[in-house]
Amino acid sequence: MSGATPIELMTIAGSRLLRDGRVVFAGVGAPLEASVLAKRLHAPSLTIVLEGGSIGPRMLPGRLPVSTNEMRAAHDAFMLTSINDLFLYGQRGHYDYGFIGAGQLDQYGNVNTSYIGDPDAPKVRLPGSGGANDIVSSCCEVMIMTRHEPRRFVERVDFITSPGYLNGPESRRSAGLVRNRPVAVVTDMALLGFDEKTGRLRLDALQPGVTEEQVHANTGFELLVSEAIGELPPPTDQELAELRWLRDGNRIDTPQTREVTSAP
Amino acid sequence: MKDAADKRMTLSEAAQLVQSGDTVVGGGCCYSRTPWAMLLELVRAERRGLTLARNLMCYESELFLASETASKLVSSWVGIGLRWGIPKVFREYVERDPSIYEEWSHLSFGMRLMAGSMGMPFLPTASLLGSDLLDRLPAEHIRCPFTDQLLVAVPALVPDVALIHVQTADARGNAQIEGPAYMDVECARAANTVIVTAEEIVPSEAIVRTADRTVIPGFVVDAVVEVPFGSYPHECHGRYEADFDHFDGYTEMVTREGVAGVQAYLEETVTAPGSFAAFLDTVGASRLLEQRRRARELVAA
Repeated sequence: MSGATPIELMTIAGSRLLRDGRVVFAGVGAPLEASVLAKRLHAPSLTIVLEGGSIGPRMLPGRLPVSTNEMRAAHDAFMLTSINDLFLYGQRGHYDYGFIGAGQLDQYGNVNTSYIGDPDAPKVRLPGSGGANDIVSSCCEVMIMTRHEPRRFVERVDFITSPGYLNGPESRRSAGLVRNRPVAVVTDMALLGFDEKTGRLRLDALQPGVTEEQVHANTGFELLVSEAIGELPPPTDQELAELRWLRDGNRIDTPQTREVTSAP
Repeated sequence: MKDAADKRMTLSEAAQLVQSGDTVVGGGCCYSRTPWAMLLELVRAERRGLTLARNLMCYESELFLASETASKLVSSWVGIGLRWGIPKVFREYVERDPSIYEEWSHLSFGMRLMAGSMGMPFLPTASLLGSDLLDRLPAEHIRCPFTDQLLVAVPALVPDVALIHVQTADARGNAQIEGPAYMDVECARAANTVIVTAEEIVPSEAIVRTADRTVIPGFVVDAVVEVPFGSYPHECHGRYEADFDHFDGYTEMVTREGVAGVQAYLEETVTAPGSFAAFLDTVGASRLLEQRRRARELVAA
């Protein structure tokens, strides 16, 4: 199996965070791929829910959805409901994980997917919140997945689309965000957690072959460092084969890969 | 018109129910079950200065801006899909004048329609708290009168007109949806005027036999238009998949030519054909049937 790309490293590390039997509300793209991968490997009873109203879908390899609401995202689902219904299960507290991507994020895990620059005279207009704001406001444990680049990891986001710890745990509480908490940021270079006292991001573990210096060089703020930095185990051949199959639909048979379940 | 027994009409007749300046909400979600034929009929009918609201928007966003059909958009997300990103001309319009776009979160937008559909002036939600979105929106902090919990109150959205595309409806407007209902039911209940386009209009007996699948009752509906492939090039659950090659062609043209590319697309798909049916003729039966075949691979019959 050829070496993992940065995105594959990130996606596989993300998939390992998801435990069996739980419910994950995943954004389309890498968070969804990580969720589908987890379900195919170590978490067969993981329930994936998607913004368009799809509960418990299983994806057709090679035809992953390009948007959260389309037929590919509904493939083999247990339930297809309305968007409000889908989100309200989350507001009720039924979703264990919320898993989103990020255009720009800061040391408190605040995410910006709205405007680069001044929102009244923006340099760049981004696609917007979609369900991300709702996910971080309601899902029990919030996880964020993004490439580790200085332009993404900034001291202070230009605009808070989806709040993390705002300025720290007390500011999050007093804003009324008392139902849940951000827990992790997964990147192609590292796994980051949040310092409980300050709500700031902390380097917990490195991706294989990445140094602490490289992480700091790609982070636009002072990143806290865990007392004992771990190293994430490299992707297994099985993880890589499954992920690539999901993405391109071309089967590379290894003894471990399983048959796809498709519609009757 | 809600009390008529037969509300069938043509797309151009239905467009008469929409006045320039109206707030129009579109059903579906991004490129799924979009009321595409009806949206483009409003462009053809030269409506101006609409406020177009839709929970997630695809490139109808920039078609409406570039043709001046809409002067304001309300949504939670605007993009064509992962592969194509944000519509370029929409982006340019908002970067020039951010006031033309009102950004909600997906659920808070949905709660606005839900409040409208319930006949209530607002609903509370736990979304938007702590965000910068809240500062720019007509939404307010509120404390629960019973628990003192800090929440956000969002105002009801009562659109002038809702445009809904469904798989089946009868002549009175009793409508059935296959696949996710998105926010269509809330849109239909909240709006003052409701235009339903349907892949097929069926006899009422067919609706009666499967009444548990009826999600919009005829008494909220003002117009019913039969439009096969009425979401194309977008998808309609179980009927046809979105035409990603069409999206590729569109985005290439707009990337190359910007707003002139959007105008050219409207000329090609709206003005020159003269009707939605004639536009479908330019697409051709073989391509439409291929989209139908691809849908069947994804959704069990």
